[in-house]
Amino acid sequence: MAIFGPRANLFMNVALLAAAGGVTFLLILIWVVPVMGYNSQERYTPRQPVPFSHKHHVSGLGLDCRYCHTTVEISQNAGIPPIHTCMTCHSQIWTNAEMLAPVRQSLAEGKPLRWTRVYTLPDYVYFDHSIHIAKGVGCTECHGPIGDMPLTRKATTLYMSWCLSCHRDPAPHLRPKDQVFNPHWQRTADTPSGKELMAEYHIHPETLSDCGVCHR
Amino acid sequence: MKLRHAITVASLAVALAACDNMANQPKRLPYELPYGAQANWPALPPQHIIAHDEKPVAVPPVTMALLERGQQRFDIYCAPCHSKIGDGRGMIVQRGFPQPPSYYIARLRDAPNQHFYDVITHGYGAMYSYADRVGAEDRWAIVAYIRALQASASAQIADVPPDKRQTLQ
Repeated sequence: MAIFGPRANLFMNVALLAAAGGVTFLLILIWVVPVMGYNSQERYTPRQPVPFSHKHHVSGLGLDCRYCHTTVEISQNAGIPPIHTCMTCHSQIWTNAEMLAPVRQSLAEGKPLRWTRVYTLPDYVYFDHSIHIAKGVGCTECHGPIGDMPLTRKATTLYMSWCLSCHRDPAPHLRPKDQVFNPHWQRTADTPSGKELMAEYHIHPETLSDCGVCHR
Repeated sequence: MKLRHAITVASLAVALAACDNMANQPKRLPYELPYGAQANWPALPPQHIIAHDEKPVAVPPVTMALLERGQQRFDIYCAPCHSKIGDGRGMIVQRGFPQPPSYYIARLRDAPNQHFYDVITHGYGAMYSYADRVGAEDRWAIVAYIRALQASASAQIADVPPDKRQTLQ
């Protein structure tokens, strides 16, 4: 009996083709996955304990970002409001709303609500909100049209290349300081140019992409 | 020689593939639990824990910078209910929050500065404490701005410096 039957060649060809196809597929995957939204979680809109709407609170009611995110100007962390802040209004408004039951429960039990983080950075990135605010980078530069989001979603990839695109050329992303917290700000004819703002804020892009700026 | 190169490349590839990308390091970030830990929030602070007292700050002198700071903080934290002009008809009141008194009533015009400071610190009626949101210096800035609002209600055009009058008309 022969070791190789009449169909051995066919099997061999199919196996070789499959192997080649598999390798090609893997290569494409390695190339494509990092730029896919699935990987960067862009537009990621996690389920939250309460379906909090920035659109309603910011654009509808006109609350300033800092009403809740109180430490954004002075700290690395913008600050997630304690339940006390929610209840400042909701002790009087929508007191029986089903949607807000977890908020009332949190206050009654003294247990913080556990929101799901939307913007996550790796531990080797030392991001600081306060310096970006101080240098005229508006909230919406990174958080997208947050004032129009019924549910908070991730508006960017947060890839290092995305960070660097602004660190290398900050001018188009700057605005006057009194407009930093305005989610609907748009550049007008009177707005100082990016170059002028860069000079005013003492921003030096030639050192902004040094490794140590973000990694320590 | 070629084989050695191949082995080097292959072992490097294996070594790199085994690397964690160091996204999770044993350091604590605000609001973050240690990796793999179960949330076990204390319901309330342990017994015998006393809140850290605020250090009282000296009442700052009224300057333009203080008033501007006060205006900015007022617009963030107070205006939602008290409205930007302080008549107590802010957006949250329009949506059903009990209406606070206007700053222009006689009782509040005559109230001492300390009254406004204390209300911000401890709350008043339906108003919660803002001590955790507005620091002591900023409270004095807001008090100064409320005083400026009150003064503005009875201001005459003659009180405005001549070179600024144009901007009001």
